[in-house]
Amino acid sequence: MNSKTIVIGVIGADVHAVGNKIIDYALTQAGFKVVNIGVLSTQEDFINAAIETNADAIFVSSLYGHGELDCQGLREKCDEAGLENIILYVGGNIVVGKQDFKEVEERFKKLGFNRAYAPGVKIETGIEDIKLDLNIDK
Amino acid sequence: MVHNAYLLIDFGSTYTKLTLVDIENEEIVATSKAITTVESNIMIGFEESFAMLNYDKSKYQIIKKLACSSAAGGLKMVTIGLVPELTAEAAKRAALGAGARVLKTYSYEISSAEVQEINNMSVDILLLSGGTNGGNKKTIIANAEIIAKNFKNIPIIVAGNKCANDQIKVIFDKAKLNYIMTENVMPTLNEINVIPVREKIREVFMQNIIKSKGMDVAENFIDDILMPTPAAVLKASEVLSRGTDKVDGIGDIIVVDIGGATTDVHSIAEGNPTKPGINLKGLQEPIAKRTVEGDLGMRYSALALLEASGEKLISTYYPYEEIVEACKYRHDFINFVPETNNDIAIDEVLAKICTKLAMNRHVGYVEIAYTPIGDVYNQYGKDLLEVKYLIGTGGVIIHSDNPKDILLEGKFSSQEPTLLKPKIPHICVDKYYILSAMGLLAYDLPDKAFRIMKKYIIDKLED
Repeated sequence: MNSKTIVIGVIGADVHAVGNKIIDYALTQAGFKVVNIGVLSTQEDFINAAIETNADAIFVSSLYGHGELDCQGLREKCDEAGLENIILYVGGNIVVGKQDFKEVEERFKKLGFNRAYAPGVKIETGIEDIKLDLNIDK
Repeated sequence: MVHNAYLLIDFGSTYTKLTLVDIENEEIVATSKAITTVESNIMIGFEESFAMLNYDKSKYQIIKKLACSSAAGGLKMVTIGLVPELTAEAAKRAALGAGARVLKTYSYEISSAEVQEINNMSVDILLLSGGTNGGNKKTIIANAEIIAKNFKNIPIIVAGNKCANDQIKVIFDKAKLNYIMTENVMPTLNEINVIPVREKIREVFMQNIIKSKGMDVAENFIDDILMPTPAAVLKASEVLSRGTDKVDGIGDIIVVDIGGATTDVHSIAEGNPTKPGINLKGLQEPIAKRTVEGDLGMRYSALALLEASGEKLISTYYPYEEIVEACKYRHDFINFVPETNNDIAIDEVLAKICTKLAMNRHVGYVEIAYTPIGDVYNQYGKDLLEVKYLIGTGGVIIHSDNPKDILLEGKFSSQEPTLLKPKIPHICVDKYYILSAMGLLAYDLPDKAFRIMKKYIIDKLED
């Protein structure tokens, strides 16, 4: 255990549950305290969970293409809720169609996400990144 | 032959009600009621009620006297949590389950204006929660500091993030507060843990509150004042539904209790989805759940009921103008007893509205989410569609000639298909008004309490 808490869930009207379970398993194995709010989660669900559990990061999943719409305003709401320095990651199929991911990543960074992941990236990459971002030693 | 009997007492807000139970034959021997006299000496009303208790004194020997109380305004609580939908809501549910009147629920750090508000409310117990175990402790500690500074005379129960307890202890000990600590009311996200808090509330009620409400004079005569009246009703419901170590319960039940000021609904059920493919959302519900509607009542709250229901709903039952007049009258004369056919009919209409709205607010609901893969169903709260028994209690139901019509308003309706109310419940009436008494008896003799309730409430089904 590294005593860092991460809230995970699938945002919006998205019911893709398999990836969510895999992320839960992988993060737990990596020593994180995982708070999984499951599928069909609103921005408010993520924020409330992060406040009560004093989370260090929020991992947002989206697989159905509407991720960009669903994620708009999340960073601002986190700031408003007192989660000013919380780390936000997003991954899955976060936009529709074959777009240049560099541009997509730019757009999500503008939305306030610390990192955004292209389709097909493994959760191990996310784990390495979060260890780096939270200064957790190997 | 002399039979052993229990005398069960309910010091209600209006009436002091007595129930004498033959515990050998498991029979109700006699009941009586007289006006509660908490302002002068609570024993005057008790003596008066006892004098009216009509039983053969050579046949019964009273071996124990137990009481519950909602006199002097009931058990008044304020609860504090972190996020409104999470620990603040969990703390509120725990307090309601302990039979408290929750005056207000606060979230996040309490402000000086809120401190002022709490000071003006005459609070009996303050419940402090916030944070999951290992989660946020900043807010609960900040609130502990505010409490230590401002509320030196209110008993406090702490049921928050366990990692904050040591620091809170230092703060409260330094301020010499009267407090106890118990398990977190929400140990992990969305998981509710109400039973330890409920038990602590009862302990504080027994140790502190009875005295402060001028009820300690009763303690010389009565063995124990065990709990607030609503907690006794919930306890009775739990025993009837879930049974005891020796007997099986009757299964899931709902109890509707319509009073002058409030309508209480108790459900004993897990409330999991009864249909496949439904996602459960939101904070978990306690198996024994109590809700209190402060704006739905027959007398004191008649005007609030008018506002809560509105002209459209009322007109489906009765001419609106007449109900308006009747509600004004009932609000001004809270001891009014209907005698004419008109007044009886109007009381029935009000009771129907209380049942309908209180049930609508108590039960869970399903919400449809439209997604790219089709409609998806989310359930919030309890699914009570398959609950087998709907039991009515409270003066208006017990004295009505048509209690069934009143209670059927709490049934599932195809007009509101998303509200998960029971579809085909058996309707039962607590005709002898024994539920709170049985909650008390259940503390000592649960098997007997179960069998008496089954005999007097369930086996006398009207249909």
